[in-house]
Amino acid sequence: MKARHLSVAVFAFVIVAIQLATHFSGRAYYLTQFTMAAYYSLLIIGLCMLIGYAGQISLGHAGFFAIGGYVSAFLTTHDFSAQKSSALVSFLAKAGVLGIRPDLYGGELLTFQPWPACLIAVVAAVTIAAIIGGPVLKLRGHYLAMATLGFGIIVYRIVLATTALGAADGISDVPAFTLLPGIQVTGRSSERVMNYYIAWGVVTLSMVLLLNLIHSRVGRALASIHGAEDAAEATGIATATYKLKTFVLSAFFASLAGVLLTHYNGGIGPSEASVMKSVRYVAIVAIGGMANLWGALSMSLVLNYLSLRGYFGTYDDAVFGGILILIMLFAPDGLLRRQVFSDFKRLFSSGSGQGEA
Amino acid sequence: MDLLSVDGLSKSFGGLQAVNDVSFTVPKGAIKALIGPNGAGKTTLFNLISGVLPPDCGSIGFNGSPVQGLRPHRIAARGIARTFQHIRLFPKMSALENIMVGRHVHSRAGFIAGMLNLPFTRRERRNVRQKSIEIMEFLGIAGLAEAEATSLAYGQQRIVELGRALACEPRLLLLDEPAAGLNMRETGEMASLISRVRDQGITVLLVEHDMSLVMNISDEILVLSYGQKIADDTPLAIQKNSEVIRVYLGEADA
Repeated sequence: MKARHLSVAVFAFVIVAIQLATHFSGRAYYLTQFTMAAYYSLLIIGLCMLIGYAGQISLGHAGFFAIGGYVSAFLTTHDFSAQKSSALVSFLAKAGVLGIRPDLYGGELLTFQPWPACLIAVVAAVTIAAIIGGPVLKLRGHYLAMATLGFGIIVYRIVLATTALGAADGISDVPAFTLLPGIQVTGRSSERVMNYYIAWGVVTLSMVLLLNLIHSRVGRALASIHGAEDAAEATGIATATYKLKTFVLSAFFASLAGVLLTHYNGGIGPSEASVMKSVRYVAIVAIGGMANLWGALSMSLVLNYLSLRGYFGTYDDAVFGGILILIMLFAPDGLLRRQVFSDFKRLFSSGSGQGEA
Repeated sequence: MDLLSVDGLSKSFGGLQAVNDVSFTVPKGAIKALIGPNGAGKTTLFNLISGVLPPDCGSIGFNGSPVQGLRPHRIAARGIARTFQHIRLFPKMSALENIMVGRHVHSRAGFIAGMLNLPFTRRERRNVRQKSIEIMEFLGIAGLAEAEATSLAYGQQRIVELGRALACEPRLLLLDEPAAGLNMRETGEMASLISRVRDQGITVLLVEHDMSLVMNISDEILVLSYGQKIADDTPLAIQKNSEVIRVYLGEADA
């Protein structure tokens, strides 16, 4: 328990150090990419629970991210004033769920407030995860991978083909999300530092919750399912239920990440739902060490930041595909494992040995 | 009073009748052994009782209520725990953690409680840990608590697996070849452990090939051959049963 708290403290220190470094080097604009990386990391740590701890693969998590982002974006930008006469809309408006705000052209929009929109978006994603998870998680290995891949493709094609969701353009002009009075998720540069801390604060809080979880009865049950499913079942663990709940939990984090990043960016486009995004997420979990939340989180921070700053250029997707292949070939347990360093040493020593022979 | 009563149980795989109309009972507090040549259907019978396989027909009554067709985790929750012929410990976990998983059905903390690490969750974890250590002490393996379970010696792994089953506080314990792969000294230790488990009030049904262990500790022996029951009696009577001798040793030339 002490070690867990220490890791969280070190992580918080790193987050503050990054902010101070960008501040004093006059590169505060770097924080934008760090903030976006935080929201992707929120998805990553949820996916890490599913892949690393429950032992179930998903190649469709960009789909849950997109459901969260799109539902929230649609509800907070769609003008409901045409339906003002309907009982439901007028009731919601009176209840404060819908609110009037000015649009870009000086007119008025009647849209959902961000909080209820966020709630609806997350509940929608979690419900869909619970519905498809039941049958899909009965599959194993590459069959499960293909089924979740299919789900991801369906979401991608739907957002791409739906005009109400902006088709290929996506949805823009998504308003700021006021979490608490004075605390807003928004991309305005005046709020950059605050948003950096909001984003990483959410991630840190989520890490604490997930670290608690893996050290709990549920964490032990998940590890036992991963290790020997038949024995776990014979020990009284409802394996199917635990897999489903972890799947739903990971969809919760993915959709919440989608909601928050959409409000931060002020919009969302279909590329967020693309299959290559899902592959990228799996690659990051894999390179972080599968059952290693800190590994996945640190790799997510670094790789997402580099990708968002454009270091991989037009090879962006290829880099993540390449990483996945290399990890599967040379370090299926991930890079951030002590054992890997000794493996590399052996690789080089045997290589030089052959060279001499 | 019978704890387990099996009636007309059958299971076939394609054309193979693995278990054919088998009926027997296990009295409360007894050690009952299940023997028979390879392929007699012993492990299939275990898998039917523990819910790994659904029976084609027949009934399994446990403590007065039917349990056939229930999922294995439900059967475990009713009070039937088992070990496996090929040891199935959880890798990358210590021996103690393996046994702590066995406390699953006797603890409650779910996802939300686990994430929030509530006071009751912490208290529960302490209790689970304490109880698991007591079980390791009972089995004489308390010194192995922190060792990685799958790196232990084979005989020790068998005892850890027994401990995990005991952590479920079962009323009926199914042991699938508990002495397989053990040397003579370890087999003797296992026999005395099983007797001590029974003395705690736990009924035991075991599959075993080691006849000295079976004859020493069993109250009753059930003999299967080609999926059918051919005898169900006390050890002494089984040793004199001509049908059992024929099945095990072949026809007498005369």
